[in-house]
Amino acid sequence: MDLKWNEFIITGDPLILGAQISILLGGIAVVAALTYFKKWSWLWKEWLTSVDHKKLGIMYILSALLMLFRGGIDGLMIRTQLAKPGMEFLDPQHYNEVFSTHGVIMILFMAMPFLIGLINYIVPLQIGARDVAFPYLNNLSFWTFFVGMALFNISFIIGGSPDAGWTGYTPLATNEFSPGPGQNYYLLAIQIAGIGTLMTGINFFVTILKMRTKGMTLMKMSMFTWTSLITMLIIIFAFPVLTVALAMQTFDRLFGSVLFTLQGDGNPMLWVNLFWVWGHPEVYIVILPAFGIFSEIISTFARKQLFAYKAMVVSIVTISVLSFLVWVHHFFTMGNSAEANSFFSITTMAISIPTGVKIFNWLFTMYRGRITFTTPMLWSLAFIPNFVIGGVTGVMLAMAAADYQYHNTYFLVSHFHYVLISGTVFACFAGLIYWYPKMFGHKLNEKIGKWAFWIFVIGFNVCFFPQYFLGLDGMPRRISTYLPEDGWTGLNMISTIGAFMMGLAFLIFVYNIYYSWRYSPREKTGDAWGLGRNLEWATTSSIPPHYNFAVLPEVTGLDPYWDMKEKGLDQQKNTDYKPIHMPSNSSTPAIMSALMGMAAFGLVFQWYWVGIVGAVGIFITMIVRSFDYNDGYYVSVEEIKETEAKANK
Amino acid sequence: MAHDHNVNPNAPLEYQSEAGRLNITGFWTFLGAEIALFSTLFASYFALQSRVGDGPTSIEMFEAGLVMIMTMLLLTSSFTCGLAIHEMRANNVKGVIGWMIITLILGAGFIGYELYEFVHYVHEGVTLGTSAHWSMFFILLGTHGLHVSIGIGWIILLLIQLARRGLTPKTASKVFISSLYWHFLDVVWIFIFTCVYLMGMVN
Amino acid sequence: MLKKLKPLSLLLFLALPLMLAGCSTPEVLDPKGPVASQQSDLIILSIIFMLTIVAVVFVLLTIILVKYRERKDHDKYSPELHGSMLLETIWTIIPIIIVVILAVPTVRTIYSLEEAPQPKTAEAANEDPLVVHATSINWKWVFTYPDEDIETVNYLHIPIHRPVEFKLTSADSMAALWIPSLGGQKYNMAGMQTTLYLQADHVGTYDGRNANFTGEGFNEQRFKVYADEEADYQQWVEDVQNSAPELTQYKYDNLLIPGVYEDGTAEFNGTHLQWIDHSKNADYTLEAWDRLGYEPKNPHAKDKSQNLLREDEIPYYQQDNTVDNSDEDMDSEEHAHAGHE
Repeated sequence: MDLKWNEFIITGDPLILGAQISILLGGIAVVAALTYFKKWSWLWKEWLTSVDHKKLGIMYILSALLMLFRGGIDGLMIRTQLAKPGMEFLDPQHYNEVFSTHGVIMILFMAMPFLIGLINYIVPLQIGARDVAFPYLNNLSFWTFFVGMALFNISFIIGGSPDAGWTGYTPLATNEFSPGPGQNYYLLAIQIAGIGTLMTGINFFVTILKMRTKGMTLMKMSMFTWTSLITMLIIIFAFPVLTVALAMQTFDRLFGSVLFTLQGDGNPMLWVNLFWVWGHPEVYIVILPAFGIFSEIISTFARKQLFAYKAMVVSIVTISVLSFLVWVHHFFTMGNSAEANSFFSITTMAISIPTGVKIFNWLFTMYRGRITFTTPMLWSLAFIPNFVIGGVTGVMLAMAAADYQYHNTYFLVSHFHYVLISGTVFACFAGLIYWYPKMFGHKLNEKIGKWAFWIFVIGFNVCFFPQYFLGLDGMPRRISTYLPEDGWTGLNMISTIGAFMMGLAFLIFVYNIYYSWRYSPREKTGDAWGLGRNLEWATTSSIPPHYNFAVLPEVTGLDPYWDMKEKGLDQQKNTDYKPIHMPSNSSTPAIMSALMGMAAFGLVFQWYWVGIVGAVGIFITMIVRSFDYNDGYYVSVEEIKETEAKANK
Repeated sequence: MAHDHNVNPNAPLEYQSEAGRLNITGFWTFLGAEIALFSTLFASYFALQSRVGDGPTSIEMFEAGLVMIMTMLLLTSSFTCGLAIHEMRANNVKGVIGWMIITLILGAGFIGYELYEFVHYVHEGVTLGTSAHWSMFFILLGTHGLHVSIGIGWIILLLIQLARRGLTPKTASKVFISSLYWHFLDVVWIFIFTCVYLMGMVN
Repeated sequence: MLKKLKPLSLLLFLALPLMLAGCSTPEVLDPKGPVASQQSDLIILSIIFMLTIVAVVFVLLTIILVKYRERKDHDKYSPELHGSMLLETIWTIIPIIIVVILAVPTVRTIYSLEEAPQPKTAEAANEDPLVVHATSINWKWVFTYPDEDIETVNYLHIPIHRPVEFKLTSADSMAALWIPSLGGQKYNMAGMQTTLYLQADHVGTYDGRNANFTGEGFNEQRFKVYADEEADYQQWVEDVQNSAPELTQYKYDNLLIPGVYEDGTAEFNGTHLQWIDHSKNADYTLEAWDRLGYEPKNPHAKDKSQNLLREDEIPYYQQDNTVDNSDEDMDSEEHAHAGHE
């Protein structure tokens, strides 16, 4: 690439300069703090090289919160630019970069890792396991995600961000129309993170299938575990498509192939198809675990078993199958035949059937229950009406003939924010608050939490509801500004106000984390809410010991922990301890991923030798791993006794 | 792994430990993902098959003889790989190593011919940038070839471990998994042979 | 807690009429031609169904939250209740019925939009649709009237009550021609041709634009549609034919350089189809860049200037490069379909 030395670091934009300075200062502060408190070795040994699913889960969630901040800033910049016609807050190029990174970050580096983090922490506990099937791989998954995320995030400082939208449509994304390193960042960063996601998919699929505790048949699994299992299955079949598509576009941009280009008889439409063959199942990858979280929370705080458990399972399986049969609805306007558009219209509308079934099942889970309005429950309850609005507009979009008018407009933008925010983001908040005592040993403050909830939910509606009307009034997505005579000014201003309310709510939420860390009472038992139904609440201490269960629980029915409590059985009474085998920490995944990051960074700028050195390094770490016969270690009975005794105090 | 090492002496060696069983299930799952990966490549190949632009078509380039040799090499290697696992069941380390070495030599021969084919095409002026059709041809076959090459490197590492440690539940499960991988690549090649070469030479 | 939940749902319900009252009828629901009105009818039909579903869920949710919230006496509490065949069947069947009810008009409209709108009068029935090639270029629109042998940039005139058959293609990025008042959009793609039928029934000026993101100048890729009485339209065509400058290949190739059209709009005698049909030759634009000496530049480059050659410096433009594009082959259109079946 013909890049001048003074173009390597992006300069000349005050916003980016501000970010550069704050990142630099933040980085120095973190390094200084770690050095001053002598925490480097602790960080490396206890966290970064850890294969404990609980610690990895927390690291995923922290990264996701960071990305929610970054993606949120992007979103607020978009809304600021659109607040009034003719704004000059961002120039078109900068605007294009901001909305492209907003999309990628929110989907791939926020929603997915947040949910994967929750799955990491909770699912092994819910199935009564001590770890996942492949703990080493789990650490590698985290690191590949993290390196992909880091690579993607530095793009706006070094070289320039991708600017072809989160969909990276060709031929716009080819070298001729997107020169510069931006799109290379997109391709390589998502590639690395995607490989990590695929490994997570395989890991948890096998974990859930093979490592359930005694008595837990498939139809006795919690709903969150079920949705996770199906999600992993979708990942296994969808992510390879992304891997291939990204590799193909990378070949076009870096190695001179002509697959999606204008020259050489390339076929740009193939990219669009491949992207959405992955992209639509991806939507369900981020929504199914959310459904699982809501199922857990609603059933817990209604104090009732989930209504129509079997129908719920059938629905998620149906949704997962249909998710692979609807991708064309993302481009009804491509001039497809009437037959094709009709087929994909109907399959898309059909998804609303199992989804509708689930909505009613949640409602009837609360029927004849005893509903308490805790913060996680509020998030789950807010999900229902908001998601229904997003869902019904989804059905409207599915009607291809009408979609010609909605496509590429704010109607669509509003629809997918309604489903993704009220589905996924609400679930992330709900799940984090619900399981917070399990992760950190204390609850988040309810009062502050409710403030954050109300401001967020109202802000969300204020932000996105007007956008349906903007779309119907002809406002296309991705425009960086508009004219006063377009008549979109008022609604855009309202929308921007809503966006800032959401931003405020996020700050309150983060403050709550700090406040609760200082002032919340510490939990004394494993069952923090007192209403726990599944095995994650059956641990002796609020934060489970690293081996989770001193003695693995036995399961006889649905909602096993509720069942135990009803029958007066005490999991902790069983002190027939045996030595527990646990996996050892490993530093190769972090190193391997760092090398991947290095190789990819080189390729972004077409410094092929860096790529080759990185690749050689990766192979060496793989060889080292292959010769590593470390089988883990045993936790002695004495140590278990000691830990359990401490927990009961 | 965080599981008890409950050894089941009646099962084949590679299935005896819990870790071995999990690894094998995990690898089958991985092969599921690999099927999705190659399916995507094949689908893309079909989508771009007729897009030859100003470049030559398959029929002008393919040579039946060369492909037959490559196919025979890989098919035979799959067979010898099976023999290696047979020897493993008989607990014969030398047999395993011997058959695996033959497998690797056949695999290396296959890669050699594939490289020769690619170089030959480049000399004829057909490269990655000739047309969408040829871009996809090189990417599909290149992905398969890369898989085979990685397989060769991997199995060499396993043979060193086998020579050092002999047959244990752990080495056995590793060797067994590598054999699954090898057979899988053979199956993929059969599809490449049919869909790319045979169909390419017919129309 | 419940008191706080109510304002939320109230807010949602109130927001709808407020918004409708706050602004005039949205463009899409104020159709000016038969295509847009078919789509508008379909949208309104679906909105009615969807509002019903939303209402049912909101009411049910409110009732359940009020009735079964935690209170001192929980005699209605029945934790063992975990399913009902009857209820589950009901809420599986009803959505199926709704989907079927919506699918029928959807499919019918999909097929109907593939054809030119049915003429309302007998005399109109004898007229073929007006053919206009709409070519998207980063970041402008070129409209070609092959029968009239004229070409416009960033605006077009159409007669009312007569279907317009847009032949869509792109010189570069994938774009979408969208005139909300007249009907939905369709993609313009290089190396392919897609067809979009639209028709205006009312005289007026309508906004049209590219709806599909194409990069830096995407915002500005807008145009005006002037729907005139037949006579006025003919007058306009004549005016252009009499007064507009001749389109040369050099001029046209310059349009292919990415950028916003400085002069806003333009009209030419002659069409670019004499040299190039982008639906048959996808890489013409890149060849034109080469000829003119245009090089794509990193958006963050400090120096983004271009050194374009003048017409007299390029021998290519001294010769006649006219090609015969008259035959209407359907190849490219079938291509477009083959991609996703």
